[in-house]
Amino acid sequence: MRPKSYTPAGGNLRRRQLWNRVMLGLLILGSLVVLAPLVLVLGAVFVKGMAAINLAFFLEPFRPVDEGGGGMAHAIVGTLLMNLLALLIGGVLGLAGGILLSEYPDHPINPTLRVISDLLNGLPALLKGLVVYAVVVIPTGQFSGYAGALALALIMVPIVLRATEGVLKLVPWSVREAGLALGLPRWRVILSLVLPAATSGVVTGLMLGFARAAGEAAPLYFTAGGSQLLTLNLGQQVESLALSIYKYANEPSPLRQEQAWAASLVLTLLVLAASLLARWATRRWTS
Amino acid sequence: MDELKLDEQKTVSAPAPQNGTPDSSPLKPRMETRGLSVYYGKKVGVGNVSLPIYANKVTALIGPSGCGKTTFLRALNRMHDLTPIARVEGEALLDGQNIYAPGVDPVEVRRKIGMVFQKPNPFPTLTIYDNVVAGLRLLGVRRKDVLDEAVERSLSQAALWDEVKDRLRSPGMSLSGGQQQRLCIARALAVQPEVLLMDEPTSALDPISTQAIEDLMSDLKNHVTIAIVTHNMQQAARVSDFTAYFLLGELIEFGPTNQLFTNPSDPRTEAYITGRFG
Repeated sequence: MRPKSYTPAGGNLRRRQLWNRVMLGLLILGSLVVLAPLVLVLGAVFVKGMAAINLAFFLEPFRPVDEGGGGMAHAIVGTLLMNLLALLIGGVLGLAGGILLSEYPDHPINPTLRVISDLLNGLPALLKGLVVYAVVVIPTGQFSGYAGALALALIMVPIVLRATEGVLKLVPWSVREAGLALGLPRWRVILSLVLPAATSGVVTGLMLGFARAAGEAAPLYFTAGGSQLLTLNLGQQVESLALSIYKYANEPSPLRQEQAWAASLVLTLLVLAASLLARWATRRWTS
Repeated sequence: MDELKLDEQKTVSAPAPQNGTPDSSPLKPRMETRGLSVYYGKKVGVGNVSLPIYANKVTALIGPSGCGKTTFLRALNRMHDLTPIARVEGEALLDGQNIYAPGVDPVEVRRKIGMVFQKPNPFPTLTIYDNVVAGLRLLGVRRKDVLDEAVERSLSQAALWDEVKDRLRSPGMSLSGGQQQRLCIARALAVQPEVLLMDEPTSALDPISTQAIEDLMSDLKNHVTIAIVTHNMQQAARVSDFTAYFLLGELIEFGPTNQLFTNPSDPRTEAYITGRFG
């Protein structure tokens, strides 16, 4: 006699199909609920931001409102410079830490490294700014783009580190064995065989860190200090888009508020462009 | 250049006997272990093995699952160095020198003693060509003619050249399982090792790929010394000149394949090869 559960199309098949549809519906509904705010925010930023964007916005630095308000070239340049430098510092440190945690799991420094990384991850960005303020700004006696970049790097490090560790652990152990069996030193195997196998994940981690840091205003208050001048010199006070958005959004002038929207749009597009560029470069480089 | 000369000398040496028939040319151990033991923590993986691995012969390591044959094989090129809880005692000599002596660089050891793994493991992001020359390139060889030559030589030795010569630039992962394994053999041969360790190289392959790899082993022993772990006794009988039988982490018997299979001296060996267990 056949066990009952083997019956191919018993009454319970229809119930299972119905249940399947209900669950699928719930999943779609859940996704929509999550996506809706994102679409709304992006839509608002796009519509309101486009209104204040013109050529002068990109080309001119700050001007007083009664002189036309100028543009935000100083903030765009400052954002780019500080974030690129931060990406360099935070990327290198994060990668190094991620490699250490994943490839040398028994290294005695690892528990400490993990605690520091978790701590950094949980520390509010504002406090990271204060740390840099105490360690860099006070001793040098000056707000500077370098200090700002360092604060942003502190935001990137734990993100990049976590992502790097995670994707490196996904690379099969056999890749490392194969490389070592060829008589390659361990560092060679890691840099030339393991890391390339995880490139896309590592780049994603770098971009996550970059995006996160690009949107931070708080840590720059005590470090970069903000500025109204267009400068390429990171030794001086530097403005960033995130700082400007915060300041302009609180100003009574409608022009400034419009510029804050526009700055939000530019910042969003900047992060998007950086992410697309990184993907494109990775694909070209690996194929 | 030295290695090329070495290679020629090996090629000139007399053809090896079939399946362990005693040979008139004197046997020379390329490797030899003396009282070699591997521990995992307090557990003995394989204990007190003394065994010669003769130059330009195929030595098969057989035995039931968990008998320590793979553990022993991996001790021969210091792969256990990467497992923190593993510890090796005793000596493993390569050309008379203990590879576990203090001051010996495991990287240098693995340069001379290559390895092919149970599962084909081509480098995932690299092309067929780049897979083969990965070792040479990362060791600093840049000249294109040298690399080209190494690719053709290694792939030919691994009996893969004819199948892939027109698509050397496609990904190594695009090959079939059997081809991938031969690619891994070519990759190991490209750095011209003295010894090639093979850890159940055909266990993940279909019969036709298995035969291709068995066939190339008898050609390969003109160039390298081979030690192969297999739990397929027929395979050991077909490809090897010498066989070592392991049981429960112990070397039970070692001898010419022919003799071990037809006239084993230990009753436990006999029980295994006649299929009474294992």
